[in-house]
Amino acid sequence: MSGIVSYGSYIPKYRIKPDEIARVWGEDPESIRNGIYILSKSVPSPDEDVATISVEAARNAMKRGRIKPADIGSIYVGSESHPYAVKPTATIVGSAIGANFDLFAADYEFACKAGTAGMQNVMAMVDSGMIKYGMAIGADTSQGAPGDALEYSASAGGTAMIIGREKVIAEINHTLSVTSDTPDFWRREGQPYPTHGERFTGEPAYFRHTISASKKLMERAGTTPKDYKYAVFHQPNGKFPTRAAKQLGFSDEQFKDGLLTPQIGNTYSAAMMTGLSAVLDIAQPGDRILAVSFGSGAGSDAFDLTVTDEIEAMDRKAAPTIKELLSKVMWVDYAIYAKFKRKIVMGDNIE
Amino acid sequence: MGELSRFWRESNHRYRMVAIKCDNCNQIYFPPRDVCPKCHRESIGKMHETELSGRGEIVSYTIVHDAPPAFMRQRPYVLALIKLDEGPTITGQIVDSDHEALEIGKRVRNVFRKVREDGKSGIIQYGYKFVLEE
Amino acid sequence: MITLNDVYIIGAGETKFGELWERSLRELATEAGLRAIESAGIYSRDVEVLYGSNTLGGAINAQNDIGGLISDFAGLAHNNIPAISVEASTASGGAAVREAYLGIRSGEYNVAAVGGVEKLTDLYGSEVLDLTSTLLDSEWEGFFGATPAAIAALVAQKYMKDFKVDRESLAMMSVNDHMNASKNPDAHYRNVLTVEGAVSSTMVAEPLGMMDCSPASDGAAAIILASEEYVKKNKIHGIRILASAVAQDYLALHSRKSIYRFDSTVVAARNAYKKSGLKPDDISFAEIHDSYSIYGLIELEDLGFAKKGEAKSLLPDDIKLDGRIPINPSGGLKAKGNPFGATGVGQFVEAFQQLNGKAKERQVKSPANALLHSMAVSGSTSVVHILEGN
Repeated sequence: MSGIVSYGSYIPKYRIKPDEIARVWGEDPESIRNGIYILSKSVPSPDEDVATISVEAARNAMKRGRIKPADIGSIYVGSESHPYAVKPTATIVGSAIGANFDLFAADYEFACKAGTAGMQNVMAMVDSGMIKYGMAIGADTSQGAPGDALEYSASAGGTAMIIGREKVIAEINHTLSVTSDTPDFWRREGQPYPTHGERFTGEPAYFRHTISASKKLMERAGTTPKDYKYAVFHQPNGKFPTRAAKQLGFSDEQFKDGLLTPQIGNTYSAAMMTGLSAVLDIAQPGDRILAVSFGSGAGSDAFDLTVTDEIEAMDRKAAPTIKELLSKVMWVDYAIYAKFKRKIVMGDNIE
Repeated sequence: MGELSRFWRESNHRYRMVAIKCDNCNQIYFPPRDVCPKCHRESIGKMHETELSGRGEIVSYTIVHDAPPAFMRQRPYVLALIKLDEGPTITGQIVDSDHEALEIGKRVRNVFRKVREDGKSGIIQYGYKFVLEE
Repeated sequence: MITLNDVYIIGAGETKFGELWERSLRELATEAGLRAIESAGIYSRDVEVLYGSNTLGGAINAQNDIGGLISDFAGLAHNNIPAISVEASTASGGAAVREAYLGIRSGEYNVAAVGGVEKLTDLYGSEVLDLTSTLLDSEWEGFFGATPAAIAALVAQKYMKDFKVDRESLAMMSVNDHMNASKNPDAHYRNVLTVEGAVSSTMVAEPLGMMDCSPASDGAAAIILASEEYVKKNKIHGIRILASAVAQDYLALHSRKSIYRFDSTVVAARNAYKKSGLKPDDISFAEIHDSYSIYGLIELEDLGFAKKGEAKSLLPDDIKLDGRIPINPSGGLKAKGNPFGATGVGQFVEAFQQLNGKAKERQVKSPANALLHSMAVSGSTSVVHILEGN
């Protein structure tokens, strides 16, 4: 059976607290924290973008899985903040890891589920025999408009999943997706910031797709929540995934290890995949995982995974674990944050 | 605008730190060379690619305040001479570091970062930079 | 058997160095050239060949082929006199004199004019900064954000650590330059500088501050060289060039055997000393390429005036005008100024005045000779000349 052969993540080192952002806009940090349950978010350095983050995540996955570049048959990068609108990030990642000229590659967009859509594509290519191993990456350096609610959560990060048939550490037992034309969150071509559907993003969007995809998957797999050791959901803030988990019948114990948003914010296309990465860091053979992403626009990709014995043969510390990426951080204030995120515009001919 | 081939041709050296080894004297050169300065003609046909580990130590460093336009947003930035474990010494930025923590002799490893952009609509040039090993 | 001619400097002239907004490249070059020709007591028609020196004219002033430009505007092109452009980074001036020297020494020419000119103020500072980075290894130093000052700072940081030298010692180089420049009417900066003032100046690239770095100057300098035969025939007094040497090292600092020893300077100096029969102790004064204070210290060592790491023992007193080895009586690159293509030629103008006893307030006492050192950015090329006094 095909499944995840290796995984790797990268989260930028800088962090900002919601208190700092609230200070600038005259809001109450306490109520922000209680409302969205985010304690800090990651901030990319001016020299980081989705390409650099994807490369670091990809390199970490290759290191951990001891996969040779020549074995990678496909690369798909999903993001809503690709550095180029035309010129795939996947080509830059391919070059940076030394992949073959013989390579399937493209970029994906489906809001926060672009990376997991890539995973399904790679899985299908492996299952059909087109490739031996393929890489799917979810990465973002999402922008929140200054003064907008999204400014508290939009962050940066990336995770790469290498999928194949051999040396599988987590078999993908089942995967399915649900898709509908739902205008909960979007960005028109050429616009710098996305538009948020406010409360419309809840029930008709996040919850409808996440809950139904989860239920349909468990029905197909013949499972109930108690069959799973871990449940990882898309995590735009600390509240939505908690509510979805509870609604489906999962306990705190089951979803807490895969919930990273309170520390790093919403990494958009990397969100669910990075939560899954955190779970894989600590999972044991036999552990069953339910992982469900959500992408605005809208849709959900659901995965039912079982960790294999192979995970014990892997040196998971060969690449930075999520715990490590969360521990060594550098705090910035709003001014440095604005400088890093290009909200401060430099003069003519500078950039 | 329009600087394409000049940067594209160095991609594998700048992205993956692919160096050149003179099979005649076993010296590793990075940045890459076509002719070995020691072996001269005897190195022709014997210069082959070898990928570096990207690890090394700080030989010297400076914090640059007076920055050229392409680097103004990052100022002040750290520029350093790094002696790579395989032998060559190169010039590169050290990022994500507390300036107080920098010291000659400290170990670094390479990361993949944006180095510069050809304006708002031109090509983005990526390359190696370094972070302190922790 | 081939006899090589001795070469003499028979005239020298320069413009002021500074921010010369109203003067163009061609105007400055011509002014310096005319002064040199007048100083030599010859006519334009006597010049057989022109060597033009300029470093970044193509990029900053949108003008390449400085030899062609000077020859045109100075009226020399009218008589189809050969004009060659010389570019050797910031050692262009010294290199152009070297080429003229070879032209005469070989017997091909009897009289040569060398004119160096630069205008660094024709673009915004940040743009000029960008363009000076093209003098480094642009793919492997400049590409990653290295500037000439940042490279000098890398040298300084390691030098200061290994030899326990502080910023005050570096500052003494600049203080000396300013003290001498205060007596030089052609100098860009004539204010007296203190060590405290230097050390507290705005940071450029740590540990170097603004007062450790030479300024962006405009200026032109020119000299006339003649063969021994010409000098004898016309009964002209000239300053004899005892030795002329050039040497090279790897372009990028990271490729050097030692980052605080300029092998190009060591080798060029060694060759010059050998050819002249002189030793460092015999030198009466020197004009050195202290584009950065740290380079000044290193050059003192590499030219043989002190052992490696011990240049600070010469500071502040030995390098003064009345010291054991006066350095940069003109005010050097820091204070007289550094219009790249003119700088090296300007050193010859100073030496001409000094060796003829015409340096007035800046006069070094009875100089028997002079050593002139011109260098490319971080030491890839060095040109060393030794001139004989009266």
